Amino acid sequence: MLVIKDLHVSVDGKKILKGLSLTINAGEVHAIMGPNGAGKSTLSNVIAGRDGYEVTSGSISYKDEDLLEMNPEERAWNGVFLAFQYPVEIPGVNNTYLLKAGVNAKRKHQGLDELDAFDFMSVVKEKAQLVELDASFLSRSVNEGFSGGEKKRNEIFQMAVLEPDLALLDETDSGLDIDALRIVAGGVNKLRSADRAIVMITHYQRLLDYIEPDFVHVLADGKIQKTGDKSLALKLEEQGYDWVQENL
Amino acid sequence: MASNKEIQEQLGEREYEAGFVTDIESDTLPPGLNEDVIRHISAIKQEPEWMLAWRLEAYQHWLTMSEPTWAAVDYTPTDYQSISYYSAPKSKDDGPESLDDVDPKLLETYEKLGIPLREQEFLAGVTNVAVDAVFDSVSVATTFKSKLTEAGVIFCPISEAIREYPELVKQYIGSVVPQKDNFFAALNSAVFTDGSFVYIPKGVRCPMELSTYFRINALNTGQFERTLIIADEGAHVSYLEGCTAPQRDENQLHAAVVELVILDDAEIKYATVQNWYPGDENGVGGIYNFVTKRADCRGNRAKVSWTQVETGSAITWKYPSCILQGDDSVGKFFSVAVTTNCQQADTGTKMIHIGKNTKSTIISKGISAGKAQQSYRGLVRMGKNAENARNYTQCDSLLLGDKCGAHTFPYVEVKNPTATLEHEATTSKIGEDQLFYCQQRGLSEEDAVNMIVNGFCKDVFDELPMEFAVEANRLMEVSLEGSVG
Repeated sequence: MLVIKDLHVSVDGKKILKGLSLTINAGEVHAIMGPNGAGKSTLSNVIAGRDGYEVTSGSISYKDEDLLEMNPEERAWNGVFLAFQYPVEIPGVNNTYLLKAGVNAKRKHQGLDELDAFDFMSVVKEKAQLVELDASFLSRSVNEGFSGGEKKRNEIFQMAVLEPDLALLDETDSGLDIDALRIVAGGVNKLRSADRAIVMITHYQRLLDYIEPDFVHVLADGKIQKTGDKSLALKLEEQGYDWVQENL
Repeated sequence: MASNKEIQEQLGEREYEAGFVTDIESDTLPPGLNEDVIRHISAIKQEPEWMLAWRLEAYQHWLTMSEPTWAAVDYTPTDYQSISYYSAPKSKDDGPESLDDVDPKLLETYEKLGIPLREQEFLAGVTNVAVDAVFDSVSVATTFKSKLTEAGVIFCPISEAIREYPELVKQYIGSVVPQKDNFFAALNSAVFTDGSFVYIPKGVRCPMELSTYFRINALNTGQFERTLIIADEGAHVSYLEGCTAPQRDENQLHAAVVELVILDDAEIKYATVQNWYPGDENGVGGIYNFVTKRADCRGNRAKVSWTQVETGSAITWKYPSCILQGDDSVGKFFSVAVTTNCQQADTGTKMIHIGKNTKSTIISKGISAGKAQQSYRGLVRMGKNAENARNYTQCDSLLLGDKCGAHTFPYVEVKNPTATLEHEATTSKIGEDQLFYCQQRGLSEEDAVNMIVNGFCKDVFDELPMEFAVEANRLMEVSLEGSVG
């Protein structure tokens, strides 16, 4: 589904990714771990198409198309979803209204009829239960006044409604207490499917106790330094990232 | 993801949908202003002698005044002798008896602008708004007169009111905005041509929304309308005002006066969607909108609200105000002003608290893009007898791009120690974070900007009647979006 080859990315002239390669297939769950500043968030932002990230060389193909040629909304229409590390507040814009606009833009792209308010609301109510999101959140302004945990739950709720093919979860576990983590992880697990790939970016092994990955990658110094299964994460937890660096 | 520059380019491409000209023969006075012109206007309108005397008095005073320069706007001064002060479509001499008498070209014009002048639409349930359509210097049609008459409501062109209801007009005209109030009000008092008159009798709740639609069509004319609305004791009315003009390279002057009188327990809700031609992206052409709007809560427990959505005009100079004389009276001001390209706006409100327990609320949302400059200028005055007066002011500015500016000039005068004032102000830039977030969820950049801006304006749009909220939303789209190039 996603094939990244020898990707080099600079931000403000500073090289962040230095030859990253990664292949992700449908149905797989990948965890990307690594020290601060290794380029984890840069990777998710480049895949989602955020401005300000300059791809100096390399390629990203998504469903056999050149992902880098698409603008952010086209990527979204084609099934790329980013759960933000820091979801933004948009005052006055209704949470459900934004989501409905997103869903219908995607449906339009797929040649489907737009969902009317009634059909949409029944989808929304069902999905909100997935992350135990209270119905009152649906009518509030996007992320405005939400707690850290509520914002993250809202991201996973949006993911559930938008039904992406490739979901990038950028530090979705950060700032969550243990109960919230269980709820969010439970939601993600219910969204695992054979057609969907999930990429979790995280600092902590803790998340992987709840969402078991098929692959664990260590990203350091702009490259994937090591790939393994779940046991790699446990080893990292025990020995720290220095262990990877020393073994380069 | 577009940079600010790209966003600005899009904004620069706004289209002005109302920019067409109606090709209709008009009777237009030659340019110039003197006593004869005023006598002529008064004669065309078949006005009583007292009205002419009132106009001439205003004119004499105007001659001694000079144009105000304190506003933070910069423009080529108007040559008052180069403007024509009266222009009317030829086909009518003194107001059509019914819609059947209205020139089809005019009906077509209003249809094109989306203003329903055909009453059958009401029967079909499409609209519940009575409209007075003012084309250049005259009212060309007023709908639903008979239905309103049944309820005792008077809704007619002010020129007709001066003839038909002289006592009412005489009692109230100039009682809120005196002839000599300011330069533009004095000019308007001398040469006003048409506008709407509304009287809601005691205890009557107006059965439908009232609306006046102002259209400037003729070249080199000014529009000087005068609106007078009186809500007698316990009366209630909601009034809407809309404005457009053709796209022209010359600046045109619009100097209106609006007076609202609210007696005991009465309420007026006055909403404006102003979309005068704003000039092109280089600042050529556009309407000078120099308007005096004032409401007088003369009675106890009187209530008034001004809600305005302003996207048009090259220059705006406008401060809808509330005089809160009656005890427990309430004044509200909700405003969204959008300035793009080279537009300049100096706008705000005045809340004058005189009575006890008077309350006022000011919510002002300014959006600037391109090279536009916008100022909020507001005065809150609490007089010495205004026991327990309260004001809440919130001014938010949203900037799109880095060449535009937002300025806030709040003036506060408090002479009573029991008064309470709150003031909040924010200035923010439309965040690339917000745009990216929306795009990641599948919205185009254009839709994302629109959604964020509409969210920013929500507090004000919520105050608009349904029909206008939709119109306002659409206007914002046209004003701020343009096509993605």
